[in-house]
Order: sequence, then structure tokens, then C-alpha cells
Amino acid sequence: MGELRYEAPDTIEAAVKLLARANGAARVLAGGTDVIVQMETDLIEPELLVDIKKIPQLREITAERGAYRVGAAVSCMELIEHEGFCRAWPGVIDGVKLIGSIQVKGRATMAGNLCNASPAADSVPALIAAGAQVTIAGPNGVRQAPVEAIPVSPGKTSLAKGEIVTSFLFPARPPRSGDAYLRFTPRTEMDIAVVGAGVNLTLDAGGTCTSARVALGAVAPTVLLVKEAAEALIGTRVGEAALDKLAKAASAACRPIDDKRGTKEYRIKVAGVLAGRAARQALERARQS
Amino acid sequence: MAAKIQVSTTVNGEQRRFQCEPQQTLLDVLRDELALTGTKEGCATGDCGACSVMLDGRLVDACLVLAAEVQGKKVETIEGMAQGEELHPLQRTFLEHNGSQCGICTPGMLMAARALLERNPDPSETEVRYWLAGNLCRCTGYDKIIRSVLAAAKEMRGA
Ligand SMILES: Cc1cc2nc3c(=O)[nH]c(=O)nc-3n(C[C@H](O)[C@H](O)[C@H](O)COP(=O)(O)OP(=O)(O)OC[C@H]3O[C@@H](n4cnc5c(N)ncnc54)[C@H](O)[C@@H]3O)c2cc1C
Ligand code: FES
Ligand code: FES
Repeated sequence: MGELRYEAPDTIEAAVKLLARANGAARVLAGGTDVIVQMETDLIEPELLVDIKKIPQLREITAERGAYRVGAAVSCMELIEHEGFCRAWPGVIDGVKLIGSIQVKGRATMAGNLCNASPAADSVPALIAAGAQVTIAGPNGVRQAPVEAIPVSPGKTSLAKGEIVTSFLFPARPPRSGDAYLRFTPRTEMDIAVVGAGVNLTLDAGGTCTSARVALGAVAPTVLLVKEAAEALIGTRVGEAALDKLAKAASAACRPIDDKRGTKEYRIKVAGVLAGRAARQALERARQS
Repeated sequence: MAAKIQVSTTVNGEQRRFQCEPQQTLLDVLRDELALTGTKEGCATGDCGACSVMLDGRLVDACLVLAAEVQGKKVETIEGMAQGEELHPLQRTFLEHNGSQCGICTPGMLMAARALLERNPDPSETEVRYWLAGNLCRCTGYDKIIRSVLAAAKEMRGA
């Protein structure tokens, strides 16, 4: 095994440079709740860890004209304690709250959840439903990408060597908007999603759905953005018929695996039911907002 | 071998210095270098909570923190909970309500419970159960732990 080196730079530029110049396997260290476990269980043997928590910009949550920017090193507990963000994006918070124990959330970040690229990552369907964008810094400068463009297969992202996610940008919220994330697990706490469903929608003054996004976790190699499921809601008042159509579209989009947590058939069925429930909750929140 | 990393940090209010390898965790260093063996290792993968400590005022699993990361930070462990001979109310109620049997989970349970009561002095039973979901116990069946925490909360509120 090569020697491990630990670096904790205080600027984005220095972090990018360290990662871009690394010879062997290099990893960003955010909360470490995936990285340290993977090292401990010999899944990975990196030669360089770049701790990004000492970079002040990455620790900030800022409101920008109704939009929110959340730094990549903000921990789940810090986000859960931010009242303004919780009010704006309750569905994202639903997902964040499900990431492990209080101890895990004291360290874990959404960016780590996204970049670990697990199809069952709990914040990711909610982030995709929210229409969040990531800002990425790399050796060739800064770029933006929608969250759904980051994971490409289990454990793999579209980030190039030396690139790091620096923040999430959540768009300004129109009135009468609501979002929700639900996960189905055999155990209430501390378990991995069999299926996760995130729904985000906006209503007009008359209660008709004008826009919607639906994302599903743990039913395909990556979290899925399901356009057909969203289209089932748009232009309707989100009644029983629309919800039925949404559930069918959600089930139809699934390409799950069989494992100890559930069979393919089971996941396909549960995905539809769960998407329907998440849509009802998002609707309730949109009506109250 | 690579040069060791020099780390200076505050543990239970005292300035401490140690040397570590990059892959060593805070848990390794607390137990093996600083002789603070009150913090337990159950799993080393974040599942059991036996290694719960406070890091800059936040409850974390010490097995999921690299020792090198605590440079300039504040660490609090179970050794800092009692004031000399005087037990913390949680330590007393755990004794009174049999919240501890073999004792392996107890330091982590106490650290987690104290963190809860600092945020929320009057938690419901459900809130206690959810907050402690990351702390596993194979002896007590949990109920006695929950009773102990609720009793301490009541006492600390002066109720
Ligand atoms: C006991 C336990 C329970 C858990 N339960 C859940 C659960 O219920 N649901 C769930 O979804 N997850 C769960 N997890 C997994 C994990 O906690 C999450 O995936 C967490 O969000 C990871 O964030 P992190 O900051 O700790 O990431 P890290 O471990 O620091 O990093 C994860 C990966 O992302 C990369 N990375 C991190 N930040 C960046 C960045 N800014 N730019 C580029 N790459 C980056 C790292 O290099 C690494 O490959 C659990 C973990 C544990 C130990
Ligand atoms: S030893 Fe750290 S959580 Fe089990
Ligand atoms: S008292 Fe034995 S594990 Fe909890």
C-alpha cells in the first residue's frame, strides 16, 4: 500500500491543485462518513486525502435573492438547524434527516452523499426534485451542472480529475411550492433505502399544478429523474386520477435489482406507492406555503 | 514511514499534543495515545455509537473522525462528564434505573444523551428514542436507557 497523505488546504484553488497533481488515488474528505468507512473496510486505499472543511467558503449557507447557496462542506446537522432553509426546502430536509444517526449527520454532507454516488443516497432524489445545481471547481475553472448529471453509475461520478463540488444552488421558490422526500426501509432509522421518492411541485392560485419534478432512488444504477411521472401532475389539480398516473409512470421507470432488501417486483410496486405519497405531502406543503 | 502528523487540541478542557499517522482515527488516538479508554470501540464503522464524543460542540462518532482533523479543535469525552467525585445526573439515573448492564455502550449513550438534553431539556420519549438511534445496546433492551434519560431530564429541569 502507498503511503497516505492528509492535507487540509484553506482555499478551493489549493484543494483543486492538490487533487489535480496527485499521482495515486486521491479523495476529497468531507464528513468522511463514507470515505473513512471505505478505508477501514479496505474498499479503497487512497494515497491522498484532501480535507475541504477548512475552506471557509465551503462552510457557508447564503440566501441570494430568494435562492439558497449551500457550501459543500456544510454538515447535515448545520443544514437541519438553518430555519430559513428548512422552511424553503422541507423535502430536501426530509432526505438530509434520514442520513444515518445524529452522530453521522454531525459530520456527513450532501455533497459527500451525492459524490459517493450510491443509488440509495437519501438526499439525492430530493436534490434532483428540487432542481438544485452544483457549482464545480476544477483545474480548468468553474462550471455548473444539474445534480442529476453527477452520478453515472454506483460509486462513479462525472467529475473529472481535480474537480470538486463547491456548493449547491437552490432556485428561488415561487409561491405555492412544496416538496417532500419519503424513503421505504424495513427499519425506521439507520437503514438503507429499498426505494426513495422525491417530489417537488408548484401550484397556481387556482390550485392547478404548473410545474413538477419527481425523482426516485434505489430503483436503478443511479437516482432517476422521472419526467413522465412529473407530467402526470402538470396541468392537473393533483387529484386521484393524476396521482394514479404518477404512480404508474414511477413504477414503469424503475430498473431495480433483486437483493436482500427487496425483489425487483417489490421495488417497482413500492416506487409507485411511495411517489404517490410523496406527491400528496408535497401538495399539502404547497397549499400551506 | 511518512513523518507523523503533529496535532495540538483541547481534550476535556486540557491542552493535549500527540503525533499520529494520517489513517489513525480520533478513536485510536484517544484510546491508544492519550489513554482515554472510556470511549469504546464497537464497530469502527459508524454503526454503533459506542465511540460518541463531542467535537467542537457536535456529537460525532470518534471512529469516523481522523485524528489529524482535530488540530485546533475542542474534544469532549466521557472522562470529562463527572465533576471529580460528583456524577452527572445522567450517570446517576443510569445507575438508578439500570440503564447500564455490561457497560460497553454506556459512555456513548451518556455522551449522546447529554448532547440531546443540552439542546432539548424536555424531550418526549419518542424524541429520546430517535436521538439515540445511532447508539446500539445488546443488553438492556433500550427501555431502561430511555427511562434513565427521561428521569435525568426531569431532574435537571428541577421538576
Ligand atoms: C452508520 C452510517 C449510516 C448511514 N446511513 C445513511 C443513510 O441512511 N442514507 C444515506 O444516504 N447515507 C447514509 N450513510 C452514508 C453517508 O453518511 C452519506 O453518504 C454522507 O452523506 C456522505 O457524506 P460525507 O460528507 O461524509 O462524505 P465523505 O465520506 O467525505 O465523501 C464521500 C465521497 O464523496 C467524495 N466527495 C465528498 N465531498 C466532495 C466534494 N465536495 N466534491 C467532490 N467529491 C466529494 C469523497 O471523495 C468520497 O468519494 C451512512 C453512513 C454511515 C457510516
Ligand atoms: S465504534 Fe464508532 S460507531 Fe461503532
Ligand atoms: S449495556 Fe451492554 S451493550 Fe448496552
